[in-house]
Amino acid sequence: MWMIEIPPFVPFFIGALVLLFTRGMLRSTIMIAIPIVSAMHLVMVPEGIHLQFAFLEYQLTPYRVDKLSIMFGYVFHIAALIGIIYSLHLRDTMQQVSAMLYAGSALGAVFAGDLLTLFVFWELLAFTSVFLIWARRTQRSYDAGMRYLIIQVLSGVILLVGTLFYAHENNTLAFGYIGLDSVAGWLILIAFGIKCAFPIAHNWLTDAYPEATVTGTVFLSAFTTKVAVYALARAFPGAEILVYIGAAMTCFPIFFAVIENDLRRVLAYSLINQVGFMVVGIGIGTALAINGAVSHAFNDVIFKGLLFMSMGAVLQMTGRINGSDLGGLYKTMPKTTILCIVGAASISAFPLFSGFVSKSMVMSAALEEGYDWIWLMLLFASAGVFHHAGIKIPYFAFFAHDSGLKANDPPNNMLLAMAIAASLCIAIGIYPQALYSLLPYDTGYNPYDATHVLAQTQLLFFSALAFVWLNLKGMYPPELRSTNLDFDWIYRRAMPNVLQHIFSVIWQADRTLRDALKLRLNIYLNYFSGKNGRLSILLSRNYPSGSMVMWVAVVLATYLLLSFIQ
Amino acid sequence: MKNDKKYLFDNPDNVKRLLHILYACCAILVVLDLVIHRHTMHEWEKLWFFYPIYGFIGCVVLVIVATWMRTFLMRSEDYYDNHTETDVDNDSLANSTLNNNTLNNNTLNNDIINKKGEQHVDD
Repeated sequence: MWMIEIPPFVPFFIGALVLLFTRGMLRSTIMIAIPIVSAMHLVMVPEGIHLQFAFLEYQLTPYRVDKLSIMFGYVFHIAALIGIIYSLHLRDTMQQVSAMLYAGSALGAVFAGDLLTLFVFWELLAFTSVFLIWARRTQRSYDAGMRYLIIQVLSGVILLVGTLFYAHENNTLAFGYIGLDSVAGWLILIAFGIKCAFPIAHNWLTDAYPEATVTGTVFLSAFTTKVAVYALARAFPGAEILVYIGAAMTCFPIFFAVIENDLRRVLAYSLINQVGFMVVGIGIGTALAINGAVSHAFNDVIFKGLLFMSMGAVLQMTGRINGSDLGGLYKTMPKTTILCIVGAASISAFPLFSGFVSKSMVMSAALEEGYDWIWLMLLFASAGVFHHAGIKIPYFAFFAHDSGLKANDPPNNMLLAMAIAASLCIAIGIYPQALYSLLPYDTGYNPYDATHVLAQTQLLFFSALAFVWLNLKGMYPPELRSTNLDFDWIYRRAMPNVLQHIFSVIWQADRTLRDALKLRLNIYLNYFSGKNGRLSILLSRNYPSGSMVMWVAVVLATYLLLSFIQ
Repeated sequence: MKNDKKYLFDNPDNVKRLLHILYACCAILVVLDLVIHRHTMHEWEKLWFFYPIYGFIGCVVLVIVATWMRTFLMRSEDYYDNHTETDVDNDSLANSTLNNNTLNNNTLNNDIINKKGEQHVDD
């Protein structure tokens, strides 16, 4: 059947092309239809390799379906649909086309069966998504988009170098388990790590996502990091270093999130924190841990999308996103408030919400494998994520002091998108078996036993108590208009400053050197011209050198003529 | 258009009620810790009230450390918008007065940035 052979990125790319030539209702219909039709198609596709051809001496596999890739395939379709509904009110061809291409690239990457195809989509992800940042059309977003693009392309280049090394060593391009016992493995890990927002390489995310458009951030939050998580899960399951990297990722962003003022940047930090849980799961590498990582990625796309959508709605309706400017919006945006709280409860992993059924798998796996300290860090991060994403986001946006802002709930399409995401969060939380049946391994895990539920509820309620206590004591840091330095200070401030300093020193030295040389040359020139002046009195007082040359030519020509005559 | 409608949390009693519900839930959860038999996987988990205490202390430490981090990480809002260190103070002052309660502060900011950009040319 030829239909099977159409990889899921094709309808999205064709759709993007069609969008260029349509507008109005027709365009909206096409945009909604594409993810739905493509998802229905994907449900019918059996596992296996559906497209393969030879390129030079290598086998390329642009379309491979297995348990791992199809999970991400499903959730990317859901994310694309939700994002498209959320952005239906837009009249901006650039954003709509690039969002479509971006979703297609993500699907292309997760169904890629070889490293070269992966590389192509890896770079496409960067080039298509950057327009969602630039579409804000401000100087800030332009600069942030540039930095984002440079880092993303760098990741792609490292991936390409790693791929070439890998192909040379193993004589195959097949994308499967790679491991860390060769240079190629490390290079590929670094490339994945940059896109996955590993510590130190994480600032492209916190820098660019909050600068993107209201709807662009929703798309951005869904795809890039999850493609990287998928790639890690495929290539490096059980690599112990990932456990420590992931644990660091869960912990350090929450400190920044607590003091950050831009609420979408708070969410960007908590995105890193959630990806950290997935990376830990991949690093542990047992069936339960991988299941936990993959299902958490699935849930995170939905609940993080929901939170970004609710904050996007606030930004759209009030024109502000800083915690210091907002507050009291529950009065005029009640629906958004409720939907945001559902997202907050999901990311905080409250029982009966989606985060709980996936995060607890990673935590249990960490305990089972004897990573005690890692488990403690994850537990701290769980309390922390509730603190900043679960309480801080809704509290400062919708409650806290009354900012006096009067806004309405956003347009219906935005509310609908949020409602779909919120119902998925609750549905997965209540009936996790539906999600578990899609997972790569069958572990028979049940999140709803008394121990888990009680422990998690205690942890969360006492975190809330801590928030209340700190607030009543006046110890909670107020929201302040500020920029907080992070690692990006190194390349946005320190390195340019150092370079500027070095160059100014070089220029200074260059100038003094040249001045000295010029002076010396002048002296010599004067000396020679003086000498010449004295000589010229004897030979050529006022004949120009041009006539001298002519007379020399005439003499030589005469000489030549004479030689012929002879 | 004045909005005189009373909302849920305009009434301080309602806030108090909500807090009392929270305290009650916390108390119940602590009691449940004694009642429900938990099958623990780790010795720390066997400690009484491990999760409540860990959650509470964890969050307090988080907030205190984060607040402390502000002392050396916090800069003015337009820190990265300015090119040179010496310009920061003057412009942040100018900007903050402009920013106050102006809805379209983005355009204003950009004008300032653009104007600055013109002045600063690397030679």
